[in-house]
Amino acid sequence: MTQTLSRRLLLKWTGANAGIAVAGAMLPNFGISAALAADLGEGDIGVLNYAYALEQLEAAFYTQVIETPFEGITDEETDWLTDIRDHEVEHRDFLKEALGEGAIPDLEVDFSAVDFTSRDSVLATAQTFEDLGVAAYNGAGKLIENGDYLLAAGKIVSVEARHAAAIRDLVNMNSVAFAGDDVVDENGLDVAKEPAEVLAAADPFITTEVTAEALV
Amino acid sequence: MTQENSILSEIEPEVVDRIAVGRREMFSRYAKMGGIVASAPLALALASNQAFGQSLPSQVVDVLNFALTLEYLEAAFYDQGNKSGVVPREYRAVFRTIGEHENAHVKLLKGVLGSASVAAPAVDFTAGGQYADVFENFETFRLLSQTFEDLGVAAYKGQAGNLMGSGAILTVALQIHSVEARHASEVRRIGLKYGWDSAFDKPLSKNAVLAAATPFLA
Repeated sequence: MTQTLSRRLLLKWTGANAGIAVAGAMLPNFGISAALAADLGEGDIGVLNYAYALEQLEAAFYTQVIETPFEGITDEETDWLTDIRDHEVEHRDFLKEALGEGAIPDLEVDFSAVDFTSRDSVLATAQTFEDLGVAAYNGAGKLIENGDYLLAAGKIVSVEARHAAAIRDLVNMNSVAFAGDDVVDENGLDVAKEPAEVLAAADPFITTEVTAEALV
Repeated sequence: MTQENSILSEIEPEVVDRIAVGRREMFSRYAKMGGIVASAPLALALASNQAFGQSLPSQVVDVLNFALTLEYLEAAFYDQGNKSGVVPREYRAVFRTIGEHENAHVKLLKGVLGSASVAAPAVDFTAGGQYADVFENFETFRLLSQTFEDLGVAAYKGQAGNLMGSGAILTVALQIHSVEARHASEVRRIGLKYGWDSAFDKPLSKNAVLAAATPFLA
């Protein structure tokens, strides 16, 4: 499934030197316009666009999950996944509105690796996206300069963590997987990832080559 | 008590202020800590097990001690609950894991704060008898667990802004915050509810958090 949008525009925006420095970290030029990327004073725009990209990915994924439910889906699963879809759409739209003219265009996604008829495939992908989202927000918090944006990110990330636990519980009911030792370390800490690592993980699901180039 | 009962939703702003005043004293101790503005690398402190609470800005010490107090409360709750036998067999691994995480958070925060750490508060999980069957009735236990987890999520969220510029410490707080949210989701699910209220979790101010926690401080 792909969404036909601004691939050419994104590619056009991508320079050879696609990374932009934001608060000391490298953010890829994830469709961020050159004009904004050049202005470090606009660093929060870069972080918000990073979040916006991930929310676009999640919203598109769950939209497809609900449109083409996997075989044997239960009522409870439908309820949960519908709620999660609605949340991701809200997150996406919130960020788009916050970004205004600074928002990246709609991304082109590629879920060809997902078998939407398969519960295992759908839930495994959902778990990947939710855990990735949590790690992304956790790692990006320190890059945010505006307290209002940090709070907004905080209001989103804990909902992503709630999703992650719920999806993990669907996969492995009543086990400790909801906060398993693959995501929570011996200090009781969740994962935090830098943007480059997150976007590398998201890359297979995003059709444009932009992100892969930017991670270098 | 019904499943829909929520301590958080019962809090009235006026009550929040009134209760918070009484407890403010014990938290005001934090303010005298701190001094030189520093953002010491947390990893170093953890590796060396050498506390650097005295070198942290007072605002950061204040937030971390506030967090530590909540973690003490949670850790004690699960320590008692997991020993009491109130947790049905199928959920024991879940609550044991949550308890381990809360104890890890206590250890981590104490390690960072060192001698600036507040002491563990005395606790009363019956809240003066209001939840008398907390360690006998699983639904009461589960409800309080949900309350503490949601409270923790809201508390860390509300303090994130006070950790801006603290680098690794903000990241650690966020890493705890999302673990609390995972706990909250799971505990809610066990109550056969959704793991969330809406697309956006709400923060709570320190006073509001203290007001919710105060009934459980003996």
